[in-house]
Amino acid sequence: MEYFFFIVRRLMWSLLVLVGLSIVIFMIARVVPGDPARIALGPLATTEQVANLRHKMGLDRPLYVQYAVYIGGLVRGDFGQSLLTQRSVALDLRTAFPATLELVLATIVIATLLGIPTGVLAARFKDTWVDNIGRVVSLLGVVTPSFFIALLLQLLVGYYLHFLPVNGRLDPSVSFTPDITGLVLVDALIRGQPGVWFDGLRHLLLPAISLAAASLGQIARITRSSMIDVSRKDYVEAARAFGIPDLVTTFKYMLKPSFIPTLTILGLEFASLLGNAFLVEMVFGWPGMAAYGVRAILHKDFNAIMGVVMITGAFFVFVNLLIDVLLGTVDPRIRIRGARS
Amino acid sequence: MTVSGPNKGGPVLRVDDLRVAFSTFDGVADVLSGVDLEVHPGQRVGLVGESGCGKSVTMRAIMGILASPPARVRGRITFAGEELLTMGRAQRQALKGTAMSMVFQDPMTALNPVFRIGEQLTDVVRWADRRRGLRRTASERRARILEVLGQVRLPDPERIFDAYPVQLSGGMRQRVLIAMALLNRPRFLIADEPGTALDVTTQDEILRLLNELVRDEGLALLMITHNLGVVREMTDYVYVMYAGNVVEHGTTDAIFAAPAHPYTRALFACVPKLSGGRAYAGIEGTLPDYTRPPEGCRFHPRCPHAEARCFERPPSFDLGEQHHSACWLHAPTEAKS
Ligand SMILES: Nc1ncnc2c1ncn2[C@@H]1O[C@H](COP(=O)(O)OP(=O)(O)OP(=O)(O)O)[C@@H](O)[C@H]1O
Ligand code: SF4
Ligand SMILES: [Mg+2]
Repeated sequence: MEYFFFIVRRLMWSLLVLVGLSIVIFMIARVVPGDPARIALGPLATTEQVANLRHKMGLDRPLYVQYAVYIGGLVRGDFGQSLLTQRSVALDLRTAFPATLELVLATIVIATLLGIPTGVLAARFKDTWVDNIGRVVSLLGVVTPSFFIALLLQLLVGYYLHFLPVNGRLDPSVSFTPDITGLVLVDALIRGQPGVWFDGLRHLLLPAISLAAASLGQIARITRSSMIDVSRKDYVEAARAFGIPDLVTTFKYMLKPSFIPTLTILGLEFASLLGNAFLVEMVFGWPGMAAYGVRAILHKDFNAIMGVVMITGAFFVFVNLLIDVLLGTVDPRIRIRGARS
Repeated sequence: MTVSGPNKGGPVLRVDDLRVAFSTFDGVADVLSGVDLEVHPGQRVGLVGESGCGKSVTMRAIMGILASPPARVRGRITFAGEELLTMGRAQRQALKGTAMSMVFQDPMTALNPVFRIGEQLTDVVRWADRRRGLRRTASERRARILEVLGQVRLPDPERIFDAYPVQLSGGMRQRVLIAMALLNRPRFLIADEPGTALDVTTQDEILRLLNELVRDEGLALLMITHNLGVVREMTDYVYVMYAGNVVEHGTTDAIFAAPAHPYTRALFACVPKLSGGRAYAGIEGTLPDYTRPPEGCRFHPRCPHAEARCFERPPSFDLGEQHHSACWLHAPTEAKS
C-alpha cells in the first residue's frame, strides 16, 4: 500500500517536473533575440506582412496568454504548427520520435545484454586477466565520446569493410513506412516483411553500438562492483555453507541484489544517453529528433523546439518512473516500506 | 553422553593441528597455528576467546567456506570418521547444510533481502535433497519447512514462508536462521554467536530455544560465544582460544571451578559485557599481529607470568582427566597449580 502511494507520489512529481520544464523552455524560446515571424518570412517581407503573421501566431498577445493557449493545445495533443515544415509539429514528431526511440531501445538492449554478463564475469574472475580485459574495455567505453565511436565505426565497418550501411534507417530502395508503432523493426514484423526487418536491423546496428558503448561500460562497471560487494555478504556465505551450487548462488542469490544499483544507475545514465543520441543521429543521418531539433533551433521554430523538448522530457521522466517501478519489483524493501533500509 | 551414529564412541568432529594462513598485503597472516578440538555426539561444546582470536576462522574452516586463496588450510578435520580436507569436492559439498549445519550470527545480514523466506529455505532443502538423491515433491518440502518453522516457535509459519526478511523482526529472523540450520536434520551444528546482534531479552530467548532444540534432537553443538554466562549454562565442554591457539580446554564445570591458564584467568576476571561486549578490560595489551606473531606462547607479551621458556611453545599439559592447559606453569615437573 505504501508502495502504491510511493508510485503516486512519484507520478505527481513527474507531472510537476514536466510543467516546470514547459514553463522554462517556453520562456527561453520567447526571450532569445530574433523574431520568428521575420525569420519565417525572410528579409524581403514587409513590416505589415510580418505584423500580420505575428498576429496570426498570437505573438502579439501577453506571454501568459500565449503560454495558456500553448498548454491548452498540448493537453489535446496539439503541439501547434511548425513554421518551417508548415505541418503540425505533432505529425512531425510522430515520425521523428519513434526513430530516436528505436535507436535508444536498441542501445539499452545491447548495453544490458552485454554489460551485465561482462560485469558478472569480471566479478567472478576478479583480478584475473578476464577481469582486467573487462575493466579496460568498460573504461574505454565510458570515456570515449559516443560520436567519436560513431565516426570510427562508420569509417571502419562502413566505408572500408562495407559490412553495414552508414546512413539512415532504411535503404533508399526500400519503400516502407513504419506506420503502426513507428519502430521499423516492430512494424516490419507485424507487416510480415523479413527483408525490410533485416535491412532495418543492418541500419540500426552501427548507431546503436556507438551509443551503447558508454552505457555498456557503465553497466559492466556497476554490475562488477556490486557483485563483488554482494559476494562479501553473510547471505552469500550462508548459501555456500548450505551447499547451494555456485552457479545458483551467483546468478540467483548474488545477481538479483546486485541488479538494484545497476538499475538506479541506468536511470541516471539515461539523460546522457539521450544527449549522445542527438550526436550519433547526426553522424548517421538518422531521421530522429536530433536533426529535427537542430533545424528547429536554427530557425527559431518555437513550436517545434517546444515539441522536441517536451517529448524528450516526458520520455526521460517516464523512463525514470519505470525504473522506480522496476526497483520496487526487484527490491521488496522498497515495495514494502516505500524506501530501502 | 549419548552415543550414536556410525562412528560409535568416536567424536563427531575432530580437528587436528588445524593451521590457517591468509595472504594479505602485509604478508602472510598466520592466524590459526595448530588448533585441536573434538566434539562428541550429543555434546555441547563452547569456543570462547576475545574478538579476533580466530573463532570464526575455525568455524569457516570446518564448514569449508573459507575462500582459498587467500586462505591456506592445513591439518586434519575429521567428520563422522571422514577426512574433510582431502575428500572429493562433491562429497564435501554433500555434507554442507545436511549432516553438518550452521546457525548464522547476524539475523539482519544472513538472509537474502530480495527473496522470500520460503524460497530461500526451499533451496536449502531442494539442493540437499538432490545431492543425497532424495526425491521429494514441492509440497513435501514445503511441509517440512513449515514443520521446522513451527519447531522454532514462529507463529503462523505459512505467513513467514511467504514473507520477505524485511517484514520480520530480528528475533524472528534469527529463528528462521535456526530453522534453516535444522531443515535437513543435521547431527552436528555450529553456532557462531547466535543472537549477539539482538537485544538481551531476545538473545536470551533464542539461546534457550537453541539449547532445547539441541537437547531434544540429541545434536552435537559447537558454539562460539563471548558470553561466559552462556557458556556455563549451555555447554558441557569448553575450548578457550587465544590468538589462533587453544590455550585451555576441559569440562565446563572443571574450567569454571578452576580456570588455570593465565589467559583464561584474566578472561574470567572481567565481567563480560551485556551484549557480548568485545573488550576484556582486565587484560593489558592487544592481540598480536598475525603477520608477525610472538614466538612460543603467543600470550607471552601480555602474560604477567611470562618467563624465558615461554619463548618456546608450550604443549598441552593435563590438569585432570578432562582439563588441559597449554602453559608452562602447568608443566608436570614443577609443583604448581
Ligand atoms: N579472509 C581473511 N583474510 C585475512 N585475514 C583474515 C581473513 N579472515 C579472518 N582474518 C583474520 O583472522 C583473525 C581472526 O578472525 P576471526 O573472524 O576468526 O575472529 P573471531 O575470533 O571470530 O572474532 P569475533 O569475536 O570478533 O568474531 C582476524 O585477525 C582477521 O583479521
Ligand atoms: S606459557 Fe608463559 S607466557 Fe604463556 S601463558 Fe603460560 S606463563 Fe604466560
Ligand atoms: Mg567471529
